[in-house]
Amino acid sequence: MLTTVLASLLAEIARRILRLVLLLAAVAVASFVLMVNSPVDPISVYVGADIAAIGPQQRALIAERWGFNDPPLERFGAWLGNLLQGDLGYSLTFNQPVGEVIAQRFLTSLALMAVAWLLSGVIGFGLGLLAGVHRGRTLDRVVTWWAYTLASAPTFWVGLLLLYVFSVWLGWTPLCCAVPVGVVADEVDLLDRIHHLLLPAVTLSIVGVAPVVLHTRQAVVEAMESDFVAFARAQGESTSGLVLHRVLRNAAAPALLLQFSSWGELFGGSVLAEQVFSYPGLGAATTQAALAQDVPLLLGIALFTTVFVFVGNQLGDLVHAWVDPRVRRPRLTAGRGVRARALAEEAA
Amino acid sequence: MTTAETVVSGAALRLPDRRRRTLWWIASALVVVAAVVVAGTAAVDTAQATSLTERNLAPSWGHPFGTDRLGRDVLARTLAGLRLSLVVGTLAALVSAAIAVVLACAAAVFGGIVDRIVCWLVDAFLALPHLVLLILLAFALGGGTHAVVVAVALTHWPTLTRVLRGQARQVVGSDYVAIARGLGSSAPAIAAGHLARHLLGHVVVGTVLLFPHAILHEAALSFLGLGVDPAEPSIGVLLAESMRYLTAGAWWLALLPGLCLLIVVKLVDTIGENARALVDPRSVHL
Repeated sequence: MLTTVLASLLAEIARRILRLVLLLAAVAVASFVLMVNSPVDPISVYVGADIAAIGPQQRALIAERWGFNDPPLERFGAWLGNLLQGDLGYSLTFNQPVGEVIAQRFLTSLALMAVAWLLSGVIGFGLGLLAGVHRGRTLDRVVTWWAYTLASAPTFWVGLLLLYVFSVWLGWTPLCCAVPVGVVADEVDLLDRIHHLLLPAVTLSIVGVAPVVLHTRQAVVEAMESDFVAFARAQGESTSGLVLHRVLRNAAAPALLLQFSSWGELFGGSVLAEQVFSYPGLGAATTQAALAQDVPLLLGIALFTTVFVFVGNQLGDLVHAWVDPRVRRPRLTAGRGVRARALAEEAA
Repeated sequence: MTTAETVVSGAALRLPDRRRRTLWWIASALVVVAAVVVAGTAAVDTAQATSLTERNLAPSWGHPFGTDRLGRDVLARTLAGLRLSLVVGTLAALVSAAIAVVLACAAAVFGGIVDRIVCWLVDAFLALPHLVLLILLAFALGGGTHAVVVAVALTHWPTLTRVLRGQARQVVGSDYVAIARGLGSSAPAIAAGHLARHLLGHVVVGTVLLFPHAILHEAALSFLGLGVDPAEPSIGVLLAESMRYLTAGAWWLALLPGLCLLIVVKLVDTIGENARALVDPRSVHL
């Protein structure tokens, strides 16, 4: 019995890893094709501002040295070979190997995204719960209207407004960056970091709140209308008791699933928030890489974010199955999370 | 129970009202959107006209949205930018909806391997953060306005495809299609008489609801400097410029154009939601 469960679990893990590998392969091929066909001239990017001082012979030498004359398939093979050995290439923008850039920058972004993710989850769930329980009343209308309005607001605009109000006008928060300007890295303390993190994180969370509010509200409304809530009410359960014992878990499952499957949106938001606040994370690095035409870094970020989104989705499936026993099966079916998400999107 | 009766009679009384109110909302939102397009077209020349004597002015009667560092009228620039947003949004929504309809119908009608390929394509497009995908595409197409339009148009179909595929599968698998088949209806007749009719409402609503996403993504790309040519007025470009003058206290450069974008996006969203309420019979009870 135990061995069959273990075997099916291992098979499932293998299936999911295969899925990730297939996705990564697709992303790698597609982005490589895009980059090869882009009108960007790799030689002028490599040489930079000195391009005017370079003659056709030197051009040819550089092209030969970097293999720009090889057929695309051969170049893809070489890139893939390096990739499989863990070498993502070298970023000219940051003068560092791509792997190191992504690792360092992602850690900086992680603090921002984690705080924003928790904030939007907690606030969104709380507001959704309130709106759902008070369905049809003023509170519900205000919260729903506010969530729909936020869903239409551009992230970077919200960031600009917060920056103006709290940094320029009130002067409570710093204007930019992740650490104070002109201070040695060792002397930066945790309080400084939190102070710099505050506004970008709030910006990122404000925009992420809307979908959580609307989904949670929907789940609460459905649960409040169910037979089990009607019976509990008939037995004399108070509203707070109903929410605590019957509704909370039903509403938590879809909210958690949504929160985990929104890691892609979270990263997209961080690209914009980091641009507004000059926060030196992976999002800002993505913008810089595209503006500076840093192809290796862009390819690396594409692959890395694919893994990031995939991990979020898998965690969402696991947590969803853990909170909602109805979706728990002897074998975790691969398509289930996807289907549940599709349902959630349809309900939105 | 008396409440049940009042609910029923109340619904019967309110229903025509609500329907009319929904139609009224759709019509007035459409009028405002059309007015923005007309005003934006008229404002294209004013948007680029510089006046060095009227630089960095706060909002006043002459310039309701103020002026920027070159003395250009921000209201004219905002209107021109909104027109561009709406054009990009329309193109993107139409192209994405067309892709979604073709893929969803193919998946539902042929099933099997085609269905699996469509599903995998949807998953593959959702594997990357949407903004990263847009940045990659815009970069690969060399940047500029046409690159943004193509990138935004080609990436908004996956979620709609998923929804439509589900709907189309329901129709294809339904009893009435099986009966129509048994009575000798041809495949094109079933496609036109059942599938198209059933999907039409969902396609219209889905297309309108793609709009806001497309507009916001265009603005985001332009804001990052990877989209519309900086010389052209676009809300994203306006906001990116405003960032440099924010510390100098020029709040009007950021607040008003962004607010206008928010209002236009919400208007289009209102059209979509109200159209959904008309199309979806279940929403009568909500």
